[in-house]
Amino acid sequence: MHEAAIRAEQLTRRFGVVAALNAVDLTVLTGEAVAIFGPNGAGKTTLLRVCGTLLRPSAGRVHLFGEDLRGAGAAVRRRLGVLSHQSFLYPDLTPTENLEFYARMYRVDAARVAELIDRTGLAGWAHRPVRTLSRGLEQRCALARALLHHPDLLLLDEPFSGLDVEAVQQIETLLGEERRRGVTMMLTTHDVERGAALCERALVLARGQLRWDGPSADLSRERVEGLFQIRRAG
Amino acid sequence: MLAILLKDYLIELRTKETLAALLTLGVLTLLVLSFAFDPTSELRPLAAPGTLWAAVVFSGVLAVNRSFLAERDNACLQGLLLCPIDRGTIYLAKAAANFLFMLAAQVVLLPLFMVFFNLTPSGALFRVCLVLVLGILGFAAAGTLFAAMSVRTRAREVMLPLLLLPIVMPVLIGGVVASGAVLAGKGLGEVQQWMQLLVVYDVVLLVVGWLAFEYAVEE
Repeated sequence: MHEAAIRAEQLTRRFGVVAALNAVDLTVLTGEAVAIFGPNGAGKTTLLRVCGTLLRPSAGRVHLFGEDLRGAGAAVRRRLGVLSHQSFLYPDLTPTENLEFYARMYRVDAARVAELIDRTGLAGWAHRPVRTLSRGLEQRCALARALLHHPDLLLLDEPFSGLDVEAVQQIETLLGEERRRGVTMMLTTHDVERGAALCERALVLARGQLRWDGPSADLSRERVEGLFQIRRAG
Repeated sequence: MLAILLKDYLIELRTKETLAALLTLGVLTLLVLSFAFDPTSELRPLAAPGTLWAAVVFSGVLAVNRSFLAERDNACLQGLLLCPIDRGTIYLAKAAANFLFMLAAQVVLLPLFMVFFNLTPSGALFRVCLVLVLGILGFAAAGTLFAAMSVRTRAREVMLPLLLLPIVMPVLIGGVVASGAVLAGKGLGEVQQWMQLLVVYDVVLLVVGWLAFEYAVEE
């Protein structure tokens, strides 16, 4: 039986009086790939940030690989790879310097940096400051940073936003390789087709609540939009 | 911890923003305050330690503020918080980086201070350096914690000095009194209580910062 990579029970996260997540119950098994859909402000990013140990829940519990998030320390963070809206890359350092820095932080061999620079197609830009890179190149470097330490759980927030077709294909290829390695993946996206193609399970969040949970194959764009309509009407 | 220190050093080497700003503000403070007193005035030696510590404070606020601005770009602080290390270690590394940058600025500012106030190098200089090291360590310890707290606030340039300066008052008072005494020719034994105050302050602030940093950076 698969271990639960993520188990959230009545997970609530408030910002002031606004509940970004409201009593969400969710279990993601190891090796599963889950796409989260939802309109802006639905709580997708908040859910990823809580699971990524960057935000504490206001109420409820989250367990990552069986460990309560409240006591989650370095050992749990070691198993997480997070790709956010922002790249977590130092603009004045080059992709190589950024990855070498994170490699030292994660105690990863320097050879892994060269491998990822090569796999992400960044070799031609490896020694230019990150601030001079295009959005697509920076996103590839950010993905390399997220994959650097062979994480068991990948949390990806809009990994394809603002990217051209080539960059999207390259990132899809990298994510496909990680999936074959057995990595658990949870990603947020507005692109229903792409999300459904990458993940076998889909969730729809609206107003901080889980509105739908099922196989991606059963979820069409029309159905997602219908669920959004319910949210607007509600 | 060393990785974060080296990273901060590499960024500074590339941008030269922090040290340049620190030195400019420090030199200007020394220059303006040295001109405020007549060169022949008997009050001039009495004003010297206050002038030195005013330069430390102004440049120090700038240094600790800048240290977390670099982490704000591209949300790099979140990248650090995700790393599998104790979050208190991040605080200690940033405090160490701030301490070293402030100390590096003093390497230039202290000789200028001696020139502006007609002070001759002597054993007193060594004793002033010791007071400065202890004071700057306390300032960096408190400043790093408050800079982490204020970095996400909208009015951080205003918030940081407002929060920090009352907290570092023991460092400033201890630093000014001890520096004044050693510049007047007294030995370290005669300012022992002020030196003890600085050491205790340093230890307390470093421990508090190490324990509180995780909550300081929390949203």
